[in-house]
Amino acid sequence: MRLHLKVWRQRDADDRGAMASYDVDDASPDMSFLELLDVLNEKLTVEGEEPVAFDHDCREGICGACSMVIDGQPHGPEKATTTCQLHMRHFSDGDTITVEPFRAGAFPVVKDLVVDRGAFDRIIAAGGYISAPTGSAPDAHAVPVPKDQADRAFTAAACIGCGACVAACPNGSASLFLGAKITHLGELPQGQPERNSRVLAMVDEHDAAGFGGCTNTGECAVACPKEIPLDVISQLNRDYLAARKARRRSA
Amino acid sequence: MVLKYVMAASGAAMLLYLVLHMVGNLKIFFGADALDSYSAWLRTLLEPAVPYAGVLWAIRVLLTVALVAHVGSAIVLARRARAARPVRYVHRQPVEGSYAARTMRWGGVIILLFVVYHVLDLTTGTLNPNGVHGEVHANVVADFDPSRWYVTLFYTLAVLTVGFHVRHGMWSGLQTFGRSNALTQRALKTFAFVFAAVLVVGFLSVPFAATFGLV
Amino acid sequence: MSYADFTLGAPVADAAAPDGPIETRWERRRFGVKLVNPANKRKMHVIVVGTGLAGGSASATLAELGYRVSSFCYQDSPRRAHSIAAQGGINAAKNYRNDGDSVHRLFYDTVKGGDFRARESNVHRLAEISRQIIDQCVAQGVPFAREYGGLLDNRSFGGAQVSRTFYARGQTGQQLLLGAYQALERQVDAGGVTMYPRHEMLELIVVDGHARGIVARDLITGETRSHLADAVVLASGGYGNVFFLSTNAKGCNVTASWRAHRKGALFANPCFTQIHPTCIPVSGDHQSKLTLMSESLRNDGRVWVPERKGDDRDPNLIPEAERDYFLERQYPAFGNLVPRDIASRAAKNVCDEGRGVGPGGLGVFLDFAEVIGRLGRPAVEAKYGNLFQMYQRITGEDPYQVPMRIYPAVHYTMGGLWVDYDLQSTIPGLFVVGEANFSDHGANRLGASALMQGLADGYFVLPSTIGDYLATAKHEPVDPDHPAVRAAEDDVAQRIDTLLSIRGTRTVDSFHRELGHLMWEHCGMERTEAGLRKALDRIPELRKEFWETVLVPGTGVELNQSLERAGRVGDFFELAELMCLDALHRNESCGGHFRAESQTPDGEAARDDENFSYAAAWEFTGRGEAPVLHKEDLTFEYVAPTQRSYK
Repeated sequence: MRLHLKVWRQRDADDRGAMASYDVDDASPDMSFLELLDVLNEKLTVEGEEPVAFDHDCREGICGACSMVIDGQPHGPEKATTTCQLHMRHFSDGDTITVEPFRAGAFPVVKDLVVDRGAFDRIIAAGGYISAPTGSAPDAHAVPVPKDQADRAFTAAACIGCGACVAACPNGSASLFLGAKITHLGELPQGQPERNSRVLAMVDEHDAAGFGGCTNTGECAVACPKEIPLDVISQLNRDYLAARKARRRSA
Repeated sequence: MVLKYVMAASGAAMLLYLVLHMVGNLKIFFGADALDSYSAWLRTLLEPAVPYAGVLWAIRVLLTVALVAHVGSAIVLARRARAARPVRYVHRQPVEGSYAARTMRWGGVIILLFVVYHVLDLTTGTLNPNGVHGEVHANVVADFDPSRWYVTLFYTLAVLTVGFHVRHGMWSGLQTFGRSNALTQRALKTFAFVFAAVLVVGFLSVPFAATFGLV
Repeated sequence: MSYADFTLGAPVADAAAPDGPIETRWERRRFGVKLVNPANKRKMHVIVVGTGLAGGSASATLAELGYRVSSFCYQDSPRRAHSIAAQGGINAAKNYRNDGDSVHRLFYDTVKGGDFRARESNVHRLAEISRQIIDQCVAQGVPFAREYGGLLDNRSFGGAQVSRTFYARGQTGQQLLLGAYQALERQVDAGGVTMYPRHEMLELIVVDGHARGIVARDLITGETRSHLADAVVLASGGYGNVFFLSTNAKGCNVTASWRAHRKGALFANPCFTQIHPTCIPVSGDHQSKLTLMSESLRNDGRVWVPERKGDDRDPNLIPEAERDYFLERQYPAFGNLVPRDIASRAAKNVCDEGRGVGPGGLGVFLDFAEVIGRLGRPAVEAKYGNLFQMYQRITGEDPYQVPMRIYPAVHYTMGGLWVDYDLQSTIPGLFVVGEANFSDHGANRLGASALMQGLADGYFVLPSTIGDYLATAKHEPVDPDHPAVRAAEDDVAQRIDTLLSIRGTRTVDSFHRELGHLMWEHCGMERTEAGLRKALDRIPELRKEFWETVLVPGTGVELNQSLERAGRVGDFFELAELMCLDALHRNESCGGHFRAESQTPDGEAARDDENFSYAAAWEFTGRGEAPVLHKEDLTFEYVAPTQRSYK
């Protein structure tokens, strides 16, 4: 396959950046999109140009490192697929493909397609955990968890923290990411003691990090490679409201 | 985050008003007297416990507060959204099919302009060709005279915009107050759509009826 | 070739392990360790390299205990460490099923599964701790699969006779890692852990014989600087990427371990690598990594190749009589469920005969037609739906219609830095946990045991044993201008300069691919003396070429992914030689290590306990110089060595 690529190039955080055009003449339909970039980079390197920097690691759709916007869609056009699992057979010979970084104020560009998603770590650090110091745990069967709750917790916990939700959101909001963790931990009995403090602290950190507010456009859930359902945001809002009420009562 | 709840609550208040407004409008189909006396009743409501037009003014004040809160939080949220994406995408394909969701802000501006016109037209009568207080029926009929087709067109567009706005706004508000979950999401979306459709039909029936001489 | 030589050094012994009844050893060791006064813990600083299951859990737990922790990872977030990709599950001797499981049985199975090349003491401790791990993870909110009654579900995994594997759909590693990551972030927020993401350790700092810090490069700015501490913990994972193609993440590398090895830490059993039979085959030269499909597929799928060489008909058109269900034929008792190494080698053999399927003839069919016919498609979908989907996404073929194609791939490395019972390497103050050490799996790791070991090390073993070192060592702070620190920094700077100044003609990846191909051919599923010698001839040549003609674009003071890879590949070259040498010297077949010269008449692995019942711990003496072999003799008091048989 012959493909034309328009790729965002930006030297570092301070550079303005611009799109650059490249051709790849020997793409194979069996390649993943990242392997296409590998081929491009090998070519650029040999030609004495600087290769395109992009984040990637496991290349099997679970680590959440890959992060680009392909033809206007985070992780590209295939549903429920990360960039590393997007194969070129979904494109046609001669296609022009635009590749940009995830764009959000809270995800500043580091270089080319690489962005800094440290804000996600800070949101988790603010409260996205259950305090269970090592050694303090009761037997695993001490507290049964109804299966439907465990299943819902799992569905939300499947979030890979890639940031596609933020990249897709017209408001640059991370509510789907936030809602996924709130739902995961809030569904479990172990998560109850910190349920209120968790949501308040995580939302504060989310807003402080510069993510926008959710207007329920639903684009996040469509872009999510792990198909985190939109109702986790409803859960987030519900929990937040309840937590504020509880705080007022105890104040 | 709090602003979202302000947004949803003020939206809900205005939505309630819209329903009442629409029900009131439909009085036109019961004849000129029905409409005019309904209008008069609104002013004398709860008299003498409250002064003449007291309830009406209370509603107007509440509505203004809701409007200011709604628009105010919309502006803050929109600015925050803009700040959250300082560099735009060169190429961005909106994924979700919901046209309504993406047009909330511009739709809101159009609706706001319409409301200003609407108040000057049918509340103060300033821009109305008949423009006599209390002659609600005559004002409406004059307003939507076939020769003033552009007014009818403008109303139609504005009401459709309101429909879109309500459709997404209602669903969004329910989501904001955490009223939706995996099971009810679909049903709530359908409900919001039907609700918006009823409003649109209800509101449009009046100008069209006037234009086509049915009232 | 002279490098194929080595010298024999003094034996190495595990001085930390208590003797006496095995059931009480860990208990007694824990009682024996010196404790650090809580007030002093705050003054003690530990560096942890890596944030996978072992490193993440260790960092969190050490900080909970009150130590000051600096945690490093090369990824942009600690949550992305490759433990996240583990699919299957985690073993624990909970015996919730009342099916006869016990600590002793898990211990027994693991020693036997490791083909009697692991330490009994370590494995027993692992089996004991396995139970606490599940408790710990559940308390953290790990959403394990549950039954309708609300209790945890278990399954039997990897041919185990009992159901002791806990799982979270096919994403157990992810969920366990997120638990550890969240505990880690909680400590970051509390100030106990300073997190250094996008930092790569490039050198170990050894002062007066003790590990006292690392030199790390900030991958964004390119700045290299030293970080000093009272102890260093390596949790940097395995070295499977020496093969270029493996199921490891692209960034997985041996550099942290190898730098420590060069500074004096012994490297044990490097040739013990695990090949996983059910991976998606290579589709072309562009292939950058291999994807594992869960082993559970072999419970219902039937493995076959065409009877006839070069038969490239549509598989659905090949009649039953012309198919060779080779596992069922060769191993009638276990059939498609034979252990990983046996299934892998059998697949390689039929492909070597020219009967392989798919591109390049490197693949065998894994066919679900029979089970779909028997149970119906919905039942198969319920069981394997997500795996089938993943397969289809990658290959573009529908496994409900066409048999899957699978081929073995490198998956896990049992070898690693030598550690004693306390997980301390031969450099005092350098501890090694998780896949990076060599300790618990012997010559072959059982399914669902990697997660167990990583978390046992990080949550429970290391936090206890490191205290003993810290309480005893009582270090003074290291002067940042200490000659050993300066020397380490200079070494790193010089290495980076060298890589950037060669400006040759070949890319880093092209070297890595060639090295990987060599290793796969000669040090892969089946090893022969001739092949290993060939590799030992070629690797040093290729290494020399690398250092003369590699082309690394860009500079050292920016994000430079080519430079990162170049440094890692440079270390892989040196490791590759040691792996081949270890494989050559171990003239027996055991576990994942199959020497063609050592097999039974019917082609099965033949272990040689008389001559090789030891762990081979290698000492570095210089690049291209003959290393020194230190043997740690293994004794088996509780599980008598037997020859495996799956006929």
